[in-house]
Amino acid sequence: MTRRQAPYDGVVVCAPVTVPYRRFSAEPAHWWAGRALRQLRDEAGLTPADIDGFCFASFSSGPDTAVGLTQHLGLCPRWLDHIPTGGASGVMALRRAARAVQCGDAELVVCLAADTNQIDSFRHSLSGFSRFSQDAVYPYGFGGPNATFALITDAYMREYGVTRAEFGKLCVAQRANAGSNPVALQRKPLSMEAYMAARPIADPVHLFDCVMPCAGAEAFIVTTPERAEQLKLPMAQVLATIERHNAFAEDPVQLRGGWVLDIDQLWEAARITPTDVDTLQVYDDYPVIVAMQIEDLGFCPKGEVARFIRETDFTIEGNLPLNTNGGQLSAGQAGAAGGFQNMTEGLRQILHRPLGAQVPQAKIAAVSGFGLVNFDRGVCTGAALLEALP
Amino acid sequence: MSGAREKRDPLARKRLRHVPPGARSRAMHALSARAAQGRLVMQACSDCDKVTYPPRDACPACWGELGWREQPAGAQVLCETTVRVSTDPYFRDHMPWRMGKVQMDAGPVALVHLHAALHPGDRAHVRAMVDRGGNAALFAIPEGAIDLMSDPQWREFVVPVAGRIALVSDARNAIGRAVVRELQTAGAELVVAGLPGPALASDAYDAVYALDRVQTIALDVTDPVSVAEAASRIGGPLDIVVNTARHVRTGGMSAGNALVEQRRALEVSAMGLSRLAATFAPILAGRPNGAFVDVLSSAALAGDAGNAGFAAAEAARLSLLQAFRHEMRGTGVRVLSVFTGPVDDSDHQHAPPPKVPPVRIAGAIAEALANGREETCVGDVAADAMMRWLADPSLYVREKNL
Repeated sequence: MTRRQAPYDGVVVCAPVTVPYRRFSAEPAHWWAGRALRQLRDEAGLTPADIDGFCFASFSSGPDTAVGLTQHLGLCPRWLDHIPTGGASGVMALRRAARAVQCGDAELVVCLAADTNQIDSFRHSLSGFSRFSQDAVYPYGFGGPNATFALITDAYMREYGVTRAEFGKLCVAQRANAGSNPVALQRKPLSMEAYMAARPIADPVHLFDCVMPCAGAEAFIVTTPERAEQLKLPMAQVLATIERHNAFAEDPVQLRGGWVLDIDQLWEAARITPTDVDTLQVYDDYPVIVAMQIEDLGFCPKGEVARFIRETDFTIEGNLPLNTNGGQLSAGQAGAAGGFQNMTEGLRQILHRPLGAQVPQAKIAAVSGFGLVNFDRGVCTGAALLEALP
Repeated sequence: MSGAREKRDPLARKRLRHVPPGARSRAMHALSARAAQGRLVMQACSDCDKVTYPPRDACPACWGELGWREQPAGAQVLCETTVRVSTDPYFRDHMPWRMGKVQMDAGPVALVHLHAALHPGDRAHVRAMVDRGGNAALFAIPEGAIDLMSDPQWREFVVPVAGRIALVSDARNAIGRAVVRELQTAGAELVVAGLPGPALASDAYDAVYALDRVQTIALDVTDPVSVAEAASRIGGPLDIVVNTARHVRTGGMSAGNALVEQRRALEVSAMGLSRLAATFAPILAGRPNGAFVDVLSSAALAGDAGNAGFAAAEAARLSLLQAFRHEMRGTGVRVLSVFTGPVDDSDHQHAPPPKVPPVRIAGAIAEALANGREETCVGDVAADAMMRWLADPSLYVREKNL
C-alpha cells in the first residue's frame, strides 16, 4: 500500500543560520527567533515581505505558537506550521516546507527553531513535558531524560555488547570537532580518560554522555532554485526524506528507531548508498542514540555498531565525519533548536560555509532527527539526504 | 505520663520535608484510588482485552473502551539505573534512587521503583504503593520472603513502627488496648496510651498499661483542653497517632434520648478527630514518616435506621478524614483509614456474629502501616459493605435498611 515518494523537484534548501548559544539567557524565545531572522536579513538580504511561509519549533515560546510569532515578528505568510517534535523538528520542517514550495503554497519558507534557557526553566519544562511522563516516569526518581536514556543505554549495552569505550569514542570525536567551532559551548578537548572517569549521572550514563541545556536559535530557508539564485544563495537539493512516529510500540525497550521501517526507501529514492555520504549529522541527546542511528540508517548492520565505531574515524578529517559542529553533546542543546542544528550543520558543510573546519570535498550530507520522549522512548524519527547544487 | 523526655532545641533549623511531584492525569488518579486500597490494577479493553499502561483514555489497539482490572503482579526486570542527579527537591533529598523497567506478566512494560536486590533478568513482584505525595507508584520487589524494611526506598512508601513513638487516642476501649499491645510488640520506642476519664483505680495494675515502653496519659478527645494538655505533656517527637475513640450506641431517629447520644457520638467521632488532627498534624508533619490512623466503622458508608446517630457520626468522621488526608498530602504525612464492622467488645453485646476481635483490628492497623495503605477493611462485614457500596451506593443504602 506504500506509494512511492515523489522527488523534490523544484525545491532547494539554503541559508543555514545559527544564533550563537548561551548557557542561560534572560531573553525569551521570541528574542532568539528575532535574532535568527536578523541573521537571515544580514546574510541573505531578507525582509519580512520576502517570507510567505513560516515553520516554527520551540518548547519555550509559551503561551505563543507560530501564530503569535507572525505578529510578533511582522510576518504575513500564506503558509504557517508549528512543529512540536523537538529533536525531529528540523527534518520535519524541511519535509513540510519542501512540499509547500513544490506545490506553490509558498515560495520562500523560513524554518526556524528558537528556545531560551532561563535559570531553573529546565526543571519547569521537564515537569510539564508529557502526560505519560507526568504519570509514569517522573514519579520514579525524577531523573529526567537522563534516567530514561540510562535505561535504554543499559539495555542496549547488554543486548549488543557495546561498552562505554565505544560511546566514549563518539563523544571524544564530537568534542574534537567542536574544537574548531567558535560558537560551541564546550570546546575544551575531552580525553578518553576524562570521559571514562566522569561522575555517574544515572548509571550507565555519565557526565559526558549528557548534553548541556542552553538557549539558542537555528534557521534555514526552503525555496525554489530561481528565488535562491535571485538572493545569490548557495543551495542544496533534497534527495529524499523519511519520517515515522511511534514505531515498534511493542518493543519492550527501544533498541531500534522508526528509521528501520523506511530506511530502504530513503536510499532507494535518493539513488545513493551510505558510502556516498560525506558527512553524517545525527541527533545526539545521548551517545546511545547516535549509535542506534548509525545502525538504523544503514551505516552498519544492527548489532555491529561496537566494531563499526572502533573501526571508524568520526572527526572532520575522518572517514565518516559525524556531528561536525560538535553536536549537541559539545555545542549545547538549545531545546527544539537542538533538532535543527543537524540540518543547519549538514547544509553548511555541503555548501562549504562551515562555522569551523570544513569537511574536505563535502557534497552529500545525511541528516537524522530523533525527538520527544513521551513515556519510555523517543517517539519521532526522521531523516533527510541533501546534496549541494553546483 | 511520667519521666522527663529529652527536649529538642526549639530554635534549631527544621528540616523541610518535600513530597514527590504530584501532577497526574485523571486516569492515573483512578489508578491511585485503587492503589490506595492495596489493589494492583491496570486498564483492559472491553472490546479486545488488551491490557494497557500508562493509563490512557482509549485502547491503543482498537480504540475500544477501557476499564480497570486486577492484574497479576509477576514481572521480569528488563533494565535498571541508579538516578544520582535530579532537579526535584524530594528526590534530591533521597539520592541515589534505584529505578528500572519491568515487563509485566499482565502485558505492558512499566517503569518501577526497583528494590536494591533486583537486577535485569530477575523475576520480580510488582506492588502498587502510594507515594508520599499520595499517588500510586509501582514498586518491584524480589519474589519470596525478604526484609523490605532494610531498603531505604521501601521505607519511603510505608510507616515503620519499630523505634517510633505512637499515641493511641483511646486506650481504654477494647480496640485501643489491642492497638497499644500491637504497637509495643512491633517494637515502638514508646506507646502513649490515652485514657479518657474518669481514672480507675485498676488502671495502676492494668497489664497493658504496665507494659515496658508504654506510658499512659489522660486524654479525652471531646475536651479541647485535655487534648492540648496531652500534646504538651508528650512534648517531644511523635510519629504515629492512632485514633481509636468512638461512641457506639444503637437507636433510630425517633428513639427516646436519641439526641443526647447523637451529640455525644458526633463529639467523639467527628469533633474528636478534628481536635486530634488540629493539635497533632504539625507535630506529625515534622517527622520523616508521620502517620495518622483512624479506626472507623463501615457504618460511615450509608445511613442506618438501627444506628442512626452512630452511622451519622462515623459518616462525618469519614468526610473529615478525607479532607484531612488531602490537607496532609503536601507534608508527606499519611492518613490511613481502617474500616471495621461490629467489634467483639462490650459495645456490641447485642450484635450477632460475625464480629471482629479487637486484636484483629490492631493487626490490620499494623499491616496498613507496614504497607502504607490508605484504605483497609478488616473483617467480612466491612469488606462486604465496602464492596457493595463501591459497586452501587444507592442500592447499598436500600439493602442496608431493609
